[in-house]
Amino acid sequence: MTSNAHLLAIDSISKAFGGVQAIDTVSFALSPESITGLIGPNGAGKTTLFNLVTGIFPPDSGDIRFRGESISGKAVHELVGMGLGRTFQNVELFSSMSVLENVLVGLHTRTSCGIIGSVFRTPRLVKEERRARERALELLDFVGLADLAHQRSSDLPFGWQRLLELARALASKPDLLLLDEPAAGLNMGETDTLGELIESIRKHGITVLLVEHDMALTMKTCDRIVVLDRGKKIAEGPPRTIQSDEAVMAAYLGKPK
Amino acid sequence: MIRTDKHLIACFVFAAAATATGLLVENAYYLQVMIFIGINTLLALSLNMLMGYAGQISLGHAAFYGIGAYTTAILSTTYNISPWLALPAAVFTAMAIAYFVGRPTLRLTGYYLAMGTLGFGIIVNIIFREWRSVTGGASGFVGIPPLEIGSFAFDTDRRYFFLVWGVVLFFFIICRRIIDSRVGRALRAIHDGEHAAAAVGVDTAKMKLKIFVLSAAMASLAGFLYAHQIFFISPGTFSFLASIRIVTMVVIGGMASIWGSLLGASLLTLLPEWLHAFADYEMMIYGLVLMLVMIFLPQGLTRGILDIYENSRKKNDK
Ligand SMILES: Nc1ncnc2c1ncn2[C@@H]1O[C@H](COP(=O)(O)OP(=O)(O)O)[C@@H](O)[C@H]1O
Ligand SMILES: [Mg+2]
Repeated sequence: MTSNAHLLAIDSISKAFGGVQAIDTVSFALSPESITGLIGPNGAGKTTLFNLVTGIFPPDSGDIRFRGESISGKAVHELVGMGLGRTFQNVELFSSMSVLENVLVGLHTRTSCGIIGSVFRTPRLVKEERRARERALELLDFVGLADLAHQRSSDLPFGWQRLLELARALASKPDLLLLDEPAAGLNMGETDTLGELIESIRKHGITVLLVEHDMALTMKTCDRIVVLDRGKKIAEGPPRTIQSDEAVMAAYLGKPK
Repeated sequence: MIRTDKHLIACFVFAAAATATGLLVENAYYLQVMIFIGINTLLALSLNMLMGYAGQISLGHAAFYGIGAYTTAILSTTYNISPWLALPAAVFTAMAIAYFVGRPTLRLTGYYLAMGTLGFGIIVNIIFREWRSVTGGASGFVGIPPLEIGSFAFDTDRRYFFLVWGVVLFFFIICRRIIDSRVGRALRAIHDGEHAAAAVGVDTAKMKLKIFVLSAAMASLAGFLYAHQIFFISPGTFSFLASIRIVTMVVIGGMASIWGSLLGASLLTLLPEWLHAFADYEMMIYGLVLMLVMIFLPQGLTRGILDIYENSRKKNDK
């Protein structure tokens, strides 16, 4: 397998925080338009891996390639421009802004208006703004929040805030979407809706890497699963195999190996 | 956009009220006070764009105000250059300096800009005070010419009133346009969460730098207007206290509020006029106000009060 066939290739990366080896020589790769689950007990290093992939901090060693190109030295916002989108484990919305405005910020890399442009409002930029609003409303409609477009984002119930964050991440038109525990705090109905949304996102040609504790959701939606435990990859394979993997059971149930 | 239209209507109403005031008020003292309110509003607005919207604090804004005033004073008086040519020179100088101060400090998250501008403001003030041959030193710079367009001079208080408030109104409109655009949304996003803003594709360092440079340009324009109104400038007007006064205007009037800048500037221009005792305790009062706001409403008055209101509502809902 050449890494170019993969949208994302993670090549033996490691990351330590002080004495904690949060990620320990982890490698795996994502094929285009797949849904991959990243699971593991709390503190396994899943969020750290997301932060490495999105360029928040660099790995101590190893390499991450996105569409065959190393991401090392690229700023977070540059990677978004290249097609990397994410949501946060602890929802991080722009709380003073409306639901619609949150998605509009998500469209930042897909629009171009600067300070001068905003003052003079040329026809091109007026059109850009109108298109952006239409697109934002479409995305809100996609996650089912179109009716709440003008509400303050922090007024939304928690589950809907997660959906808004998803819409905001989709706005940048990512090729790869990283979702960090998107179902945490959602009720069963909301979790089902989320599962359908993720399927539908993949149908739009977006590759998904999903960190999730909800096993039913993970097993149902993912093509492949990667299991982390204490920074190490302990298993990788299709959901069925993972479910019966002894090392995985041990990691989750805390049995001695 | 809807908000912008409403804002435009508000601006029209405001323009009408200002015009009426400018035409009806005869008392020279009142006109002068209102001119200073206008200049201070421009200053407060300049800092509010940076602090209220983007959440970046400048503790040296009076330095940019002073750079505007001294650049035009030196060029138009010492070198006899037309003030209209001195104006772009003043604004450009302020923008260039803001770029060099902002570039290293705004790359980092946190209060580095506040520390950087604090030191910068103090240094600039020392230069105003000590570079006597050029700035006139502590005793000030005298003989700044009035502004003229052809044979029309802005040499009466009424004319200057219209000039200043025309400029303020112009900036009310363009600042609102910026805030309601992609740029303004990115700035507010940075204020709400810098990491999240970067994670959705905003080049946060660049955005912060842009708004800081714009903010410095506006402050230097206020300095230009100030110099050609009173014809005499001295370092005290652009001291650290003046920077704190601008911060206080923004905090009292309301962070992230264009009209709040007008309110804050009005209050802090009028209070020392009304209460002469105020001048003696000015620094203490500002310190106290800022301290109370930082402790009880760290997000600023407007946001803080809204948050308290919303939290109490949420609690009542439960
Ligand atoms: N920014 C950080 N600074 C210090 N330690 C961190 C940081 N981020 C994560 N860690 C540590 O790294 C380990 C993995 O954390 P994390 O990636 O959040 O796990 P998970 O998302 O799988 O629950 C934990 O021990 C955590 O305390
Ligand atoms: Mg995590």
